[in-house]
Amino acid sequence: MCTTCGCGVGQTRFNGKSIRTYRHSDGSLSYRPLTQSQAHDHSPELVDRDHATETIHFGTGIAGTHAPGISQERIVRIEQDILAKNNRYADENRHYLAEHGIFALNLVSSPGSGKTTLLVETLRMLSGKLSIAVIEGDQQTDHDAARIRATGVPAVQINTGKGCHLDAHMVGCAMQQLPLQDDSLLCIENVGNLVCPSGFDLGEAHKVVILSVTEGEDKPLKYPDMFRAADMMLLNKCDLLPHLTFDVDLTIGYAHRINPALPVIQISATQGAGMSAWIDWIEMECRRAAAARQSLKSADPALG
Amino acid sequence: MHEMSLAENIVQLIDDAAREQQFTHVKTVWLEIGQLACVEKESLRFCFDVVAQDSIARQARLEIIDIAGQALCMRCHQTVSVASYYEACPDCGNIVLQMIQGAEMRIKELEVE
Repeated sequence: MCTTCGCGVGQTRFNGKSIRTYRHSDGSLSYRPLTQSQAHDHSPELVDRDHATETIHFGTGIAGTHAPGISQERIVRIEQDILAKNNRYADENRHYLAEHGIFALNLVSSPGSGKTTLLVETLRMLSGKLSIAVIEGDQQTDHDAARIRATGVPAVQINTGKGCHLDAHMVGCAMQQLPLQDDSLLCIENVGNLVCPSGFDLGEAHKVVILSVTEGEDKPLKYPDMFRAADMMLLNKCDLLPHLTFDVDLTIGYAHRINPALPVIQISATQGAGMSAWIDWIEMECRRAAAARQSLKSADPALG
Repeated sequence: MHEMSLAENIVQLIDDAAREQQFTHVKTVWLEIGQLACVEKESLRFCFDVVAQDSIARQARLEIIDIAGQALCMRCHQTVSVASYYEACPDCGNIVLQMIQGAEMRIKELEVE
């Protein structure tokens, strides 16, 4: 790809091969003064040579970029993250959660990893120990929220329609509809998708990625962004291992290539193996969130 | 299709800037996208074209500036170039790298009228 203007091939590959872009084929795009006869050629040799010998370089103008004929007075600097708005909502959520000592988890995985079963079992094991609320994200239906409510835990279902992930604004709206208690646990079950939810901060304390042993061992390598963004990995359905050829060590090794410090707990949500380690971790983190609220309160007595 | 969400965010930031800085037409939008960011640039271009149709950026050209991935090797303490999260240090082979650049997704600036 042309590193000056970004045109050319993206990272999409077909059978491992880059696709050629059809963009900018009119040759009208350039960051440097061209004579009428010159086209903006994107063959690598020409780009390298031209860019290397130019006196006007990308990065020297007010804009940090340069394009011919642009009056610099007409450049408006923005310098904002594309997700700045989402991040502002996430900060608001995080601030609210901290003020109320609420420990929030964002559960992410591909569809079918057993997220909802894990959540139902988690709620059952924590019943009577912690106050809990749940936000469920799915494209359609409120089946998952109904499964949660059947355990006696309040749940709000967010249907994203065509959307592939929850965002911080949706979660903030859902939080307003829930009876959130001080020093409690909030579980957010994201839309089943290992790609998009990785980029959207919801204000949670941690993203927990769930991978089941009926999936491929190389999922951490195939979907690195999610395994990078997660602070905890649960390897689910481990009761099925005797019937499968799944290599646990290989998978954990792949996950650690993406995120070397990622803790991994092997569990079976249906049979209960490993669940106590997961529950202990949640309880410890909830106590930590509650203690942090107390220290916030003593620092600022105005806080409830 | 989170590129569609990103495109919507871009158009929203442009609308906000237009109100604050009093411009009515956007000719060019410069984005900085890190090579490690979870963004498919061709998809983002496609989505931007669609989303910008009803905005002051409908005729805007989208320019994407690549930010190369860089990481600090935790063993040999060198700054190395990386194209993905699972690369090993090209000097010492260590796989524990701390990413220091390449996850950016920013609107840098606009050319406006």
